[in-house]
Amino acid sequence: MSIPGGGARGRSMTFDIFVLLVQDAIGTGAIYVLMALGIVLIFNVTRVIFVSYGDLVAYSALTLGAFELNRMPGTVWLVLTLAAMAFVIEAASLIRRQQARQIPKAFVYWGIIPAIPVALTFLIGAENLSLPVSILLTIALVLPLGPLLYRIVFQPIATAPVLVLLMVAVALHFAIAGLALLYFGPEGFRTSAFVSGDVMIGSFGIPQQLILIVGAAAVFSAILFLFFQYSLAGKALRATAINREGARLVGIWTTRAGALAFLLAAGIAGVAGVLISPTTTIYYDTGLIVGLKGFVGSVVGGFVSYPLAAVGAIIIGLIESFGSFYSSALKEAIVFAAIIPIVLWRWLYVSAHDADEHEEE
Amino acid sequence: MSIKKLMASVSAMAFVALAGPAQADVKIGVVLALTGPNASLGVPYRKGVELLPKEIGGEKVQLIFLDDASDPSTAVRNAQKLITDDKVDFLIGGSNTPASQAMANVTQREQVQQMSLAPAAHPADKNQWLVAVPQPANLWADALVKDMLKRKIKTVAFIGFSDPWGDICYNALKEVGEKNGLKIVTNERYARADTSVTGQVLKIIAAKPDAVLVGGSGTPGALPHIALAERGYKGPVYATPGIFNKDFLRVGGKSVENVIAVTGPIGAHDQLPAGNPIKKVSEEFIAKYEAINGKGSWNGFAAFSYDGMLVLEEAIKQALKKAKPGTPEFRKAVRDELRNVKELVGTNGVYHFPEGSAYGVDERSVILVQVKNGDWKLVAN
Repeated sequence: MSIPGGGARGRSMTFDIFVLLVQDAIGTGAIYVLMALGIVLIFNVTRVIFVSYGDLVAYSALTLGAFELNRMPGTVWLVLTLAAMAFVIEAASLIRRQQARQIPKAFVYWGIIPAIPVALTFLIGAENLSLPVSILLTIALVLPLGPLLYRIVFQPIATAPVLVLLMVAVALHFAIAGLALLYFGPEGFRTSAFVSGDVMIGSFGIPQQLILIVGAAAVFSAILFLFFQYSLAGKALRATAINREGARLVGIWTTRAGALAFLLAAGIAGVAGVLISPTTTIYYDTGLIVGLKGFVGSVVGGFVSYPLAAVGAIIIGLIESFGSFYSSALKEAIVFAAIIPIVLWRWLYVSAHDADEHEEE
Repeated sequence: MSIKKLMASVSAMAFVALAGPAQADVKIGVVLALTGPNASLGVPYRKGVELLPKEIGGEKVQLIFLDDASDPSTAVRNAQKLITDDKVDFLIGGSNTPASQAMANVTQREQVQQMSLAPAAHPADKNQWLVAVPQPANLWADALVKDMLKRKIKTVAFIGFSDPWGDICYNALKEVGEKNGLKIVTNERYARADTSVTGQVLKIIAAKPDAVLVGGSGTPGALPHIALAERGYKGPVYATPGIFNKDFLRVGGKSVENVIAVTGPIGAHDQLPAGNPIKKVSEEFIAKYEAINGKGSWNGFAAFSYDGMLVLEEAIKQALKKAKPGTPEFRKAVRDELRNVKELVGTNGVYHFPEGSAYGVDERSVILVQVKNGDWKLVAN
């Protein structure tokens, strides 16, 4: 038996098909760009390779999908549970350090503030929301997930080796994807498009949704690049990543930096989820595979450069799109096999330059 | 090794301690994919299995559920565990073909009757302990191909899952279609979790087929339909029984309008003539199912497991007259009585499992439906 989806019929490539494939590649690539940006951002500050980052995107899309069906999304319970856990952990650590007077403040930070979007959701109700309101609520509900997960899972092991952090991140994926199955069920969600129609360039139509996604990816990419390259706060975040102890010595509040990075990343995930929910069907476990492709993209940027990570993510989109045309059954294998030449190239590149990016451990 | 032995003896002791009063219960092991990519079938199957009466012929019935996480090797381990540790009288599962096929090797060896909720079969001499509730692929492929011939279709493109379900659909189309002079022009594949099938669909459109068959299941099966509609494909698009549920319509929206699919008769039970016995059973099932799971929650997958439970209930009732639960004689009696069930009306067909065959339905189990105005409509043949 021949390999499904392969074969000589691939020669039917025409210019039209080529353009459509590139367009498809840019659409999926832009999603991976957003993923890669979040992954690089979190890694840069906390050294966590957050492979379960895609799950936040899935939560965002599923939350919006639930609102569209007039259902109360399970995200509210997740946020409340995590907020309670974060507060208990924070309070316990304050008591251990004999700073019990700080507990009310911790309650405001970890108990009250994350619960605000939840309270808003209950006040407004999940029925017959207008699109802008449900989008805002969705992003507001996903936003606290980042810092809360950081506080509960990663802050207690912030100084652990990268490998330990990675393993914990993988384990975390199974926990939050499992909860998503509980909250949203096994079937997928796809929301109705909020912009429709094409922008015509010559005889080719470009879907407006695509322009929106690519625009968001470009804007976030540029903002993060500028923020980390030129602003003091961004430099402080980077300093935390490069040398935690040193950063602490010059007065950077490293735990707050971690929570901030997760907050920013959760914001990107929220927007990404809202943007992709009309373009594809999202399942409770879609996050991992999308996140992994974003991860492959960020490998191109060596986990440090935002523009390179974006380029890498677009390359992954292209490989995937053309791979699915020429040999659809082997598409995933092609995408993940691409990581080998990329890593080889990175290794040559890094060893040709300096040892700056080496881990200090 | 010693720890393993210790664990084994501890669980054996626990079993002895627990088994005392429960000895007489009819024990049924259930292995389904309750998590993972196949959960969209496994979860409704489970809800259908739970409709089995708690007591049959005066004996308590105990269901033991294990999740195989959509992994066939876990399904095999679960089956072995249920048989050796829990000493089940009967095994239900799995919820997908690879798991069912793999588990059949265990049930054949251990001589425990297995009821698969997904299509599954071995060569005739190895089917003594295996039955499968759904229609075999050739039965529904036959119905689809007949409709294609009626529409004077000559070439068919295929796109389906890159997994055994995709293989089953493709092979059925190829076998039945080519016998009837159809040409299968593509064999495109995609993964359940894929976010785009544009590449595959462009290739299909470039091949200019008269019709397309999508071999998917559940909501992941909607993706090619959406992509075909986006690219303006105008020919008829066919689908397999795997997609027959409301979530498929919800996710597919306008893109799945006019899609032609096959399903069991329950799919159009409200449109069946009043005298059809399947209509009555379907209505009973829907009433029972929705009383537990909420209004509008019934689906074709749960209906399949409900049918299996009707057959099983009958077999257990008869077997209890011959032997006591928990004995090899009882397991054998359940097997024999299952094969003795004749003309049992379910929601998806009329069941009789002849010796040597894993399947128990005939062409009465297949109806052709089409999506019209966002709902399934019976196609008048």
